[in-house]
Amino acid sequence: MNSRRSASIAKTANGSFSRGSVAFHSIAAVISLIGLADAIYLSVQALTGETLVCGGSPDCFRVLGSSYARVGGIPIALFGALAYFTVFSFAIFAAFGYNRARTLFSLTVGLMFAVTLWLLGVQAFILHAFCRFCLLSAAIIFLLAGLVVARPRPS
Amino acid sequence: MKRYAPFVIVALVALLSLAGGAMLYHAKRLPLPDTPKEGSLREGTEGGHIRGPANAPLTLEEFGDYECPPCGSLSAPLNQLEHDYRPRLRMIFRNFPLVMHPHARDAACAAEAAGLQGKFWEMHDLLYKEQSAWSRATDPRVLFSGYAGTLGLDVARFEKDRDGDQVKGRIAADEKRANALGVKTTPSIFINDKPVPSASFRPSALRATVDAAIKPVITP
Repeated sequence: MNSRRSASIAKTANGSFSRGSVAFHSIAAVISLIGLADAIYLSVQALTGETLVCGGSPDCFRVLGSSYARVGGIPIALFGALAYFTVFSFAIFAAFGYNRARTLFSLTVGLMFAVTLWLLGVQAFILHAFCRFCLLSAAIIFLLAGLVVARPRPS
Repeated sequence: MKRYAPFVIVALVALLSLAGGAMLYHAKRLPLPDTPKEGSLREGTEGGHIRGPANAPLTLEEFGDYECPPCGSLSAPLNQLEHDYRPRLRMIFRNFPLVMHPHARDAACAAEAAGLQGKFWEMHDLLYKEQSAWSRATDPRVLFSGYAGTLGLDVARFEKDRDGDQVKGRIAADEKRANALGVKTTPSIFINDKPVPSASFRPSALRATVDAAIKPVITP
C-alpha cells in the first residue's frame, strides 16, 4: 500500500520543481474555486427559475433561457460546478505530490477548455448574445488552460 | 497528518459548496410561496386565473397590470395572504393592462401564453419579480422568451401562443369584466365582489380587510 502511494507521489532530487508544482497547483486550486462559486450561483439561478440581469440587457436571458443552457433538462451550469470541483480536487492532490492527479488535472482542464470554446461559439454565432457570468467562467478556464501550458516541467 | 490533508481539504470544499448552494437556493426560494398546480385550480367557468380552493368562502379578485409598480409591490403580499389563509381564501387574477404602460400588454400576453402550458402563476410571479428589468428594456419580448425558457416552457410554442387569438381573447374577457365592474386603474381588488379601497393596499391593512371579511363568512 505504502509502496503504491510512494510511486504515485512525485519526489524530486532538488526540490525546486516540487515547490514550483505546489505553488502552481495551489494557485490553480484557488482559481478553480472562483469558477466553482460562479457555476454554483448560475446553477441555483437556473434551479430556482430566477433570471439574471446583465445590466438591463437581455443577453443573460437569451443565453441562460436558451435550450443550450440545459442538457437533458439539467442546467449546464451544474455540470460546470461539478467540473470545477473536479479540477479543484485534482489541483489539491497534485499540490500534495500525487503524480496521477497532475495528469488528470491537465486532462480535465483540456476538456473544459474544449467545452468552453463550443459554448462561446454558441453564444457568438447562434444566440448572438453573451452572458457575463458565462464569460467569467470562460475567462477562468482560459486562465487555467494558460497555467497548464506554462506550468513547470520536471527536469 | 499530511497524508490526509488533501482528502480533508477536498471534503471540506465539497461540504461548503453543498451548504452554500443549498443556502443560496433556500434564500432564492424563500420569497415565493408554494405555487399550486394550475390544472387543479382552473375550475368553474368564471375565467381568470384562480389560486386556492374553488369552494373557499372568500374570493379576492385582483385586476393587475404587470408594468404597474404598485401591482408589483403587492404581488408578494397577496401571495403570502393566499398562502396564510388557505383554504379559506382563493385568489383570482385578471389582466388589465393600462395604455400608459407600453409593455404591459406584451407582459399580459406572455403570462397568458405561459398559462396555456400550465405555468401561468410561475410566469405571473416572475414578471412581477423582474418588473424593474424588463420594463426598462427596449424589447421585453426577448426577455419574456428567456423567462419562458427558464420556466421550462416550449419557447417556440410560447412565442406562437402569445400572438395568438386565444391569448388575446383571454385578455379581452378580463378587460370586459373590469369594465363591467367599473375598474379604471390598477391594482383594483375586490373581496367577494366588494371593492377594497386603495388605502387598504398596504400588506397589514389588506390582512385586516381579509380578516374583517372572513369573520362573518365563517361564523355560523
